[in-house]
This record gives sequence, C-alpha cells and structure tokens, in this order.
Amino acid sequence: MPVVLENLGKRFGEGAPVLDDVNATIGRGEFVALLGASGCGKSTLLNIMAGLELPTSGALEVPSDGAAFMFQDSALFPWLTARENVELALKLRGVGKAERRVKAAELLELVHLAEAADRRPHELSGGMRQRVALARSLAQDRQLLLMDEPFAALDAITRDLLHDELERIWKETGRTIVFVTHNVREAVRLGQRVLLLSSRPGRVVQEWEVTEEHRTDAGLAGQLTGVITARLREEIRRHAK
Amino acid sequence: MPSNSSPVAETPVVEPVETPPVETSISTGAAEKVHAALTRSSTGSADLRELESGLDSLQSDAVRKARIDWSRILLPIAAVAVLIIIWQFYVSLGIKRRDQVPGPMDVLEQFATLWAEGSLQEAVWTSLQRGLLGFLISVVIATPVGLLLAQVAPLRRAFGPLISGLQVLPSVAWVPAAIIWFGLTDATVYFVVFMGAIPSIINGLISGVDQIPPQYRSVGTVLGASRLQMAVQIILPAALPGYLSGLKQGWAFSWRSLMAAEIIAVGGTIGFGLGSMLNQGRDLADMTIVMSAILLILAVGILIELLVFAPIEKRLLQRRGLLAGSTR
Repeated sequence: MPVVLENLGKRFGEGAPVLDDVNATIGRGEFVALLGASGCGKSTLLNIMAGLELPTSGALEVPSDGAAFMFQDSALFPWLTARENVELALKLRGVGKAERRVKAAELLELVHLAEAADRRPHELSGGMRQRVALARSLAQDRQLLLMDEPFAALDAITRDLLHDELERIWKETGRTIVFVTHNVREAVRLGQRVLLLSSRPGRVVQEWEVTEEHRTDAGLAGQLTGVITARLREEIRRHAK
Repeated sequence: MPSNSSPVAETPVVEPVETPPVETSISTGAAEKVHAALTRSSTGSADLRELESGLDSLQSDAVRKARIDWSRILLPIAAVAVLIIIWQFYVSLGIKRRDQVPGPMDVLEQFATLWAEGSLQEAVWTSLQRGLLGFLISVVIATPVGLLLAQVAPLRRAFGPLISGLQVLPSVAWVPAAIIWFGLTDATVYFVVFMGAIPSIINGLISGVDQIPPQYRSVGTVLGASRLQMAVQIILPAALPGYLSGLKQGWAFSWRSLMAAEIIAVGGTIGFGLGSMLNQGRDLADMTIVMSAILLILAVGILIELLVFAPIEKRLLQRRGLLAGSTR
C-alpha cells in the first residue's frame, strides 16, 4: 500500500483543527479523487502527504522516496523553457546531462508538447503549461503523484481534454494518483474511487467506487454525480447558521 | 491540423437513464455537455493529440516580429535638442554674465580644447576604469553576502538594518576616513566606491528574493533541491529582476561615490578623473570646464544605462513575458 493515513489530524496553532481523524488507504496504481468543499483541508492533506507540512496527530505512511506534486497553477519557472523546466526536475534528481535531454524530450512527447519544448511558459496557453507541469512531475519519477486542483483554472474545453490526457498517462505510466478537486464531475470523471472530505474539520465521510461503465455511460456517470453532489451539499448545509 | 470529423459526434451519445436525484445542475437537455464533462470525450490517442494540437494553436499567441521603433531613438534626441535650444535662448537674453553662464557653443569649444589636450580622454578613461572595476568587485562581494542574508533568517535580522542604514549613509561621508587610512591613493577611491555600491546591491538582491512567489520554493522542495541547489538554481534566477535593479542602483552609487571621492581627494597617486576635472574647473573659476565635466559625467551614466543595463533588462523581462503593456 503506497499510502496509509491513520487518524491523521492537523491544526494550525491554537485554532480549530483543519483535519481530524482522517483515515484512508490508497493502493498502488490507484487513481483516487479527493473531493470536498472549500475549507475542508484538501490541500493541507495533500501537503502533508507531500511532506511540505507535518501532521499534528496520527500517523501516515507514504513511499520513502516521497511524492511528485502538481500545483493548481503550473508553477513553472518563467526563466526556463518548457524543456529546461522538465530538465531541472531531472537534474535535481541527479540525472546526468545527456540522459536529461533524452528523458525530457520523451516526457514532453508523452504530453504531446514536443514542438513547444523551446518555448517559455508565458508563450504557452494555460492548458499547455499544465501539461508541461505534468511532464515535470512525471520527471520526478515517483510512484505517487499528488495533484492539487491542477485543472481548476482552465477553461472547460481544455479541462475536458486534459481529463482524457491524464487518464491516458495514468494508464501508460501506472502511477498512483491522488487528485484533489472541488468539482464533483471532475472527481467522477477521473477517480476510480471518490473520497468525500467533510469541512471544518476535514474527515473522510464517504467514498464511492467509479467503474469502467461510468467512463463511457454518461447517464450512469450523471447519476453518480448527482448522488455525490447531494451528499456534498448535505455536508455544506451543516455549516449554515 | 484541422479536421472535419467531429470527435464528439463519433462517440455514442448516451442520454442519462434517469434524471439525477435532488438539486444538481444536470438536465437531459444538457446531455452533450454532461457527456463531455463526465465521460471520455476523445476517441483515442491520435484523436486526443489532434484535438490538443488544434487547441494549442488556437490558444497560443502568434509570434510578433520586433521592429526598430524610431520614436524610441528620435524622441530622446528631440528632448535634448529642445533643452539645448532653451539653454541657448536663456544665454542670449544676457541676464547673467557670460563667464558665469556659458552658452552651448562656449562649452562645445571647451570640449574641443580639452580633447586636443588629451585631458578629456584621460579623465573619462580614468574614471570609467575605476568605476567599472570598483563596481565589478562590489558585485562579486555583494552577491554571496546578499544571498546569504536573504536565505538565513538570523543573519538577516542581525545585519539587515545595518545594511539598509549603510545605504542611506552618503558614501562621501567615508572620504575623510579613507584619506586618513589609505592616504591619497587609489585605495581611497575604491574604498568609497565599495561603501556606496555594496549595500545597495545587497539590498536589491534581498528585496528581489523577498518578491519571489512562495510557490517557487515549494516546487524546489518537492523537486528535492538541496539548500545550495535551491539558492543557485531557483532563488537566484527567480530574484534576477530585483537583483538587476539592485545592480543598476549599485552602479549609480559607485559612479556617484567615485565622483565625490575624486572631487575631494586630489593629488598623491590619484590620477586625473572626471571629478578631478570638475575640481580643476572650480579652482580656475572656469565655468566651461565645470559644465564640460558635468555633461561628461552625465553622458557616461546615460551610456552605461543604454548600452549595458537597458539591453540586459529588456532581454530578462522579455524572456519572462513581463514586458507586455509597459511603456518601455
């Protein structure tokens, strides 16, 4: 099991806990969508898994070599070209110069951006930037890939395409993916399993399996989306004054 | 690669079997939209590649060719010409004595004389050489110190206020001390230049580092950068715009400090620089020499800005996509 979360809790200073008693197990090669409304500590949970923050209670088990991470905005370095951004990830991993070039070209080809390799981030569209960021996180060569609402800022057309793209790459590379989103449709579209996180404090309250049928049957997928949305709204209503 | 085939139409559109329960925004009328958002919307890798390629070319800006913008060259020249005409006009009114306020032609004549004597070339060369060498040494000293201060919190808390203070202290204030310590030698001049340039370069670098989006550091951490790698591969390039304005200011400070030092410290083994020329003009009560020296000091400053800093800065900002919409 690449990821095991046991009674995980997090509070900042003396404030109310952001995460409380989070339990989850994520299998190798699994694609899990972590769904929740704003303020449910989704990003905090992801940061803890990435080792960017420490939990205040509970235990977690993540792969010893750490995790790759993809941010909401591409967070590419503007002074580097697309290729150099990917190469930097390889360089910091200790990959030799000649191999870096070959590997970066391969990864950019994987995200269908071989032609844009020498362009700088500001010359790329939002969708292209996220694909470069995806290539960069794949360059880290970690089994676990954490994604923090990576498509939230994209337009709908681009997002739909990137969903297909991400699914394809997940299947090709066999990564374990934890994908944080506040978009129910996105969670159903991508996850094999959807975990719903409650808000304040964040806690896994329910989970759903998404089968292969949901990938091709819009009716079935729509139905599941409806069920999950209803449960999510129930969670939100609890906070009404 | 535009194609006539519509990938959405190729996949079987399945109407929702039943309307989803409770309040969701999905309706059967929007089946096409739901379809794309909820299920696979492309028919395979080749189709996906084509769609993406089409979208990429739609969403990327066409590359604009840069042309020589003549207004960039002609407007500054026109501005100088207008100022000279006003100057000439003022002189021709005869309000002040000619030896106190010489006209443009008188100064030009003095230029020619100084050039013929060779003292103009000597002064410019001496000062420029000192200014540049002093500045470069300052950069070499200030860069690692600035990076260290920016990255190590206790060091910054300890020395930050002092460095800011040094920037406020006019470096001329160091001239008497330098003369006492080093006598009338080049060391005095360089010392004053360092005291002017180093703090401002350090400050520029620190403020450049402060303005780095925090996410860059997170990315660095996630990518597994060590402390040194973080500083050299991520922090320094990210801080480059701020660092560059620190360098510009550092150059301005070294040039100013140099002039101040040359005016005050004359003689000994200190050669004949532009500051010395200025001082000579005062001693001889020759306003044309004074004005010549002032104009030369100004011209060197402008030339360094135009030939060194402006191209570097433009290139830097252009590569990061920061030039669009600016008035540069």
